[in-house]
Amino acid sequence: MTGLATQNENDPDKAVISTSNWRLVYRKLKKNKTALWGGYLILLLILVAIVGPYLTTHDPVRVDFSNRLQSPSAEFWLGTDHNGRDIFTRLIHGMQITLIVGFSSVLVGAVIGVPLGILAGFYGGALDSVIMRFIDVLLAFPGILLAIALVSVLGGSIGSVIVAVAVFSIPTFARVVRGSTLTIKKLEYIDAVRALGATDLRIIVKHVLPNILSPIIVQSTLRIAIAILVASALSFLGLGAQPPSPEWGRMLSDGRNYMFDYPHVALFPGLAIVVAVLAFNLFGDGLRDALDPKTKK
Amino acid sequence: MFKFIVRRFLQTIPVVIGVTLLVFSLMHLIPGDPAQIMAGETAPPAQVERMRDRLGLNDPIYVQYGRYMANLLQGDLGQSIRSNRNVLDEIRPRFWITVKLAIYSTILSVFIGLIAGVFSAVRRYGLADTTIMIIALFGLSMPNFWLGLMLIQYFSIELRLLPPSGWGTWQQTILPVITLGTAGAAIIARVTRASMLEVINQDYVRTARAKGLSERLVIYKHALKNAMIPVITVVGLELGALLSGTVLTETVFSINGMGRMVIQAIGSRDFPVVQGVVLIFALMFVMVNFLVDVSYRYFNKRVDYN
Repeated sequence: MTGLATQNENDPDKAVISTSNWRLVYRKLKKNKTALWGGYLILLLILVAIVGPYLTTHDPVRVDFSNRLQSPSAEFWLGTDHNGRDIFTRLIHGMQITLIVGFSSVLVGAVIGVPLGILAGFYGGALDSVIMRFIDVLLAFPGILLAIALVSVLGGSIGSVIVAVAVFSIPTFARVVRGSTLTIKKLEYIDAVRALGATDLRIIVKHVLPNILSPIIVQSTLRIAIAILVASALSFLGLGAQPPSPEWGRMLSDGRNYMFDYPHVALFPGLAIVVAVLAFNLFGDGLRDALDPKTKK
Repeated sequence: MFKFIVRRFLQTIPVVIGVTLLVFSLMHLIPGDPAQIMAGETAPPAQVERMRDRLGLNDPIYVQYGRYMANLLQGDLGQSIRSNRNVLDEIRPRFWITVKLAIYSTILSVFIGLIAGVFSAVRRYGLADTTIMIIALFGLSMPNFWLGLMLIQYFSIELRLLPPSGWGTWQQTILPVITLGTAGAAIIARVTRASMLEVINQDYVRTARAKGLSERLVIYKHALKNAMIPVITVVGLELGALLSGTVLTETVFSINGMGRMVIQAIGSRDFPVVQGVVLIFALMFVMVNFLVDVSYRYFNKRVDYN
């Protein structure tokens, strides 16, 4: 009986609020030109990552010394590297790595960080203290240092890069989610739902989580941008992807010794990173503006 | 204020203990046998055994941690496996290079970031504002190691104006500091702009204007001072990125600081050195955060950390 009442009285209302909210977000996003561009750019990058490798005619890893360090031409659009490999082809293949590492590391970071943040915010007390001290310890390592330390022990591979960048993302999610959960928890309707006999799990899943979704989405988008930067930095340092991987940071470190005479070797992989990071930053900025209640007018 | 400083300082103790635990655990996160990996893949069993003995890996883990902490409290970070020297002695000459690089870059990013942010806010939606914000977005999206390489390419190789590597002379300082400071400048510019725009619309700023104060006075005396609070928070956060960014910057410019040291130690599987440098970086950052919070409190008396 109580369960039914909860269902009938709360869910339809919530559904109405959230759909109108999402429509509002979409309308505001549509008006924000730069955010739209970011969104389109992300879709384009994903498309290129999926179909691009089938369209390129060169081999991304096969060494061909006869075409070593060619300048950009009709055959090699962005030139070739020190092993005679077509840079354009390598960048297209590297796009897959970049997006997979960006999405999956942020996903893993969120899957761990979000529950930690909800538990800390929802239950408070000793649990909150324990979780937040753990987060403080992770945050005591400046910037990408913890990620560097982790890949250094896990060994150089795309898999360890994903783990390292995920751990690097956990504190951000936990903190943002904890803050939002604290705000939601104090709202009257949570008391109402509880009075109707809803369990903690039900309150968290049905009422808290949907309401903190927008900061999570904004954070995820912006974190993907950071994840791409960190992952490419790890590979640039020689700790992540190993040769002959067409990972962009790795391409930069491989091309470093030749860039003085052949600037294109280092120019284009860097530009590729800038475009990918920019796309997620633009979209994330636009989403934040669209989802921020302060600008909801 | 004194009570606040003491309380805030006490809060750093559990964090520091947690940091030592994590740094200590690093060696045990190595998949496989750490002794084998540090002795070398092809090392004979006897040599691996000696390495295991030397690292104290035969003792129960809590004994190992206890010994690690006891040594740490006496300022002993262990010995480098490659050079056999004390890790702290190895770090010492490199420490100040990294600190200087980080401080110069911080000054640059705060300076440029504040000016650009205020300028943008005052000329909201104008051409200058749009241009600055686009540059800031690029600055934010650019890998600093790539920026460093491009600066070397242009200023060192093509124009032959500045040295491409090393540290010591003022010429050698310019490119690394720009490389490391750019992202921070971009972030500070964005936050300063947003914060200024919020403050400019407040009643007391309107009042200051209504009193007939000059625009300059309104902006610099009334608005900027209050807009600084979120900016300080961001500067504090950015210091972390700056500190660890030294790893990339030092690698690009071949500067022999702590950042390059940790990468070289990883390359030669010298984990006691890796642990030592990571620990020093973390302790520095905990200290910096403590100082940021104290200065934050000084600017904003309402802050209460309990």
